[in-house]
Amino acid sequence: MRRSRARKVGLNALALGVFGVMIFPVYWMVATGFKRGQDIFSDPPVWFPYHPTISNFTDAIHRAHFWASVKNSIVIAVAVVLLSMVLAFLAALAIAKFGFYGRRAFIVLIIAVQMIPLTALIIPIFLVLSKAGQVDKLSGVIVTYLTFVLPFTIWTLRGFMLGVPKDLEEASMVDGTTRFGAFVRVLLPLVGPGLVATSIFAFIQAWNEFIMAYVLLHSPENQTLTLWLANFSTSRGTAWGPLMAGATLTALPVVIFFIIVQRKIAFGLTAGAVRG
Amino acid sequence: MSTRFPAAVADPPLVGRRRRRPLSLAGSWSAPYLLLVPASAVIAAVLAYPLYYMVRLSLEHYGLFQLVRHKGEWVGTANFAQIFHDPEFWHVVARTLAFTAACVSLTMVFGTLIALLLAELGSKMRLLVTAGLIFVWATPVVVAVDIWRWMVDYEFGVLNWLLTFLHVGNYNHHDWFVNPWSGWSVITALVVWGAIPFVAITLYAGLTQVPRELVEASSMDGAPAWRTFFDVTVPLMKPLFVILISLSIIWDFQAFTQIWIMLDGKPGPDYYVMSVYAYQNAFGQSEYGLGSAISLVTVGILLVVSFVYIREMVKIGELS
Repeated sequence: MRRSRARKVGLNALALGVFGVMIFPVYWMVATGFKRGQDIFSDPPVWFPYHPTISNFTDAIHRAHFWASVKNSIVIAVAVVLLSMVLAFLAALAIAKFGFYGRRAFIVLIIAVQMIPLTALIIPIFLVLSKAGQVDKLSGVIVTYLTFVLPFTIWTLRGFMLGVPKDLEEASMVDGTTRFGAFVRVLLPLVGPGLVATSIFAFIQAWNEFIMAYVLLHSPENQTLTLWLANFSTSRGTAWGPLMAGATLTALPVVIFFIIVQRKIAFGLTAGAVRG
Repeated sequence: MSTRFPAAVADPPLVGRRRRRPLSLAGSWSAPYLLLVPASAVIAAVLAYPLYYMVRLSLEHYGLFQLVRHKGEWVGTANFAQIFHDPEFWHVVARTLAFTAACVSLTMVFGTLIALLLAELGSKMRLLVTAGLIFVWATPVVVAVDIWRWMVDYEFGVLNWLLTFLHVGNYNHHDWFVNPWSGWSVITALVVWGAIPFVAITLYAGLTQVPRELVEASSMDGAPAWRTFFDVTVPLMKPLFVILISLSIIWDFQAFTQIWIMLDGKPGPDYYVMSVYAYQNAFGQSEYGLGSAISLVTVGILLVVSFVYIREMVKIGELS
């Protein structure tokens, strides 16, 4: 009895240790963002922002191109989500709800293309887009992001559609609706939550992307928020307070969205999607 | 199929048994093909074409002059001959393999241990640890790199203070990136930290699917816990392990952002991995053909891993 009690205490202590080590970097970012300058650079470190200030945040959002970057990130992410959701919905419908010759080949293809290392594709993509005059344009980046968002959304939506019982569709077809009518009336409301979750996840992926944007977008007024953040350091060194405030602001929408969809989306991730 | 847990572990037999009857409605045989047309066209344009173009570029000389003319110059296999005879290229390959091996093995070991810990915890503690993992998982990579850069900052970084405080040594004003070994340790720690949540949460979901009776039977026979784990749990979860390991290899092998931002966009040759090396050749030296050849070797290496992954997915019936 005593042994199992000691074991339980030990396990809980270990769990607290794991939690502490994992969460510390995130905590340190938020804490630094709220600290006064002298607390950020003090020795020994100040472990908690006892004198919280939002001056780092105001500094960050007043830096050059912050709002332009926010706008660009939103424009790109929303466009990518809309495009990929329409395309993916149709494709997922085909592979989840129809039996046809070549179906399995298409599914294997969708998984296989997610395995292509994206960093290897930046050179040809850059040259193709430069030929098409799409470098340093948001439209070029939007098209580029479909390379990784589209296969993932097709795969995830397919999962959600498989979850809809076939009987429901068949029942509605017996009632005399056409197959298309059955999809719209029965399937759409049932996969609605799946559509929302997949859209949010696609949004996160587009919002977080760095390399493609780094290669394709050159002028500061066209950059995305991740580029803005990566360009934060100046030649005179790094302003850590505003940087951590900016990092917190960049991460905030992602973290909120991610917590909403994580449980819904996790199943699709073993199928080759991005870590998030 | 449960949508909460990885499909790979959610009732595999059920997934395998799922049978789809071909559509019998007359006249709509073309419907699925029509539905696939838009997505296929886009995939062909944004993925297949660049892939083809990369292969062609790898056989061309494509420098600044060619960039202006938008036309490469055919050189056959000269790019490959050049990189294969370049000792630095082989160093880069070896470094990439070593880095990937370190990241993947550390991620899998810690991920598995944390998953086992989660399975042992009470529900409140489990919620706490899971919440922590999800926060880390949700952190964008660029943000994560900045956080770690701040934590290892040579002047005010909390890590230098901590190591000095713990008398590990004098880490006052210690620059972690002067010595590539310590620099790579920081980058590895960052990558592993970011990768653990996905692996731990997925493996925990897998653990909950392992039939309790099997584990209990084994421990009744007097087998120690670690024997039960390796003899009962691991074989049952093998598909999941194969999938997670192959995905981790694919992700870590092409790591770029972490290295690039950590070194402020100016990584020295000691920090070249294949993705960075290809980038430097293409965008640094304007040798796009050479860079493409390096990228193609990367794709070739990862093709082997992808094959293992896809075969495992087919085997467990996930792709039916």
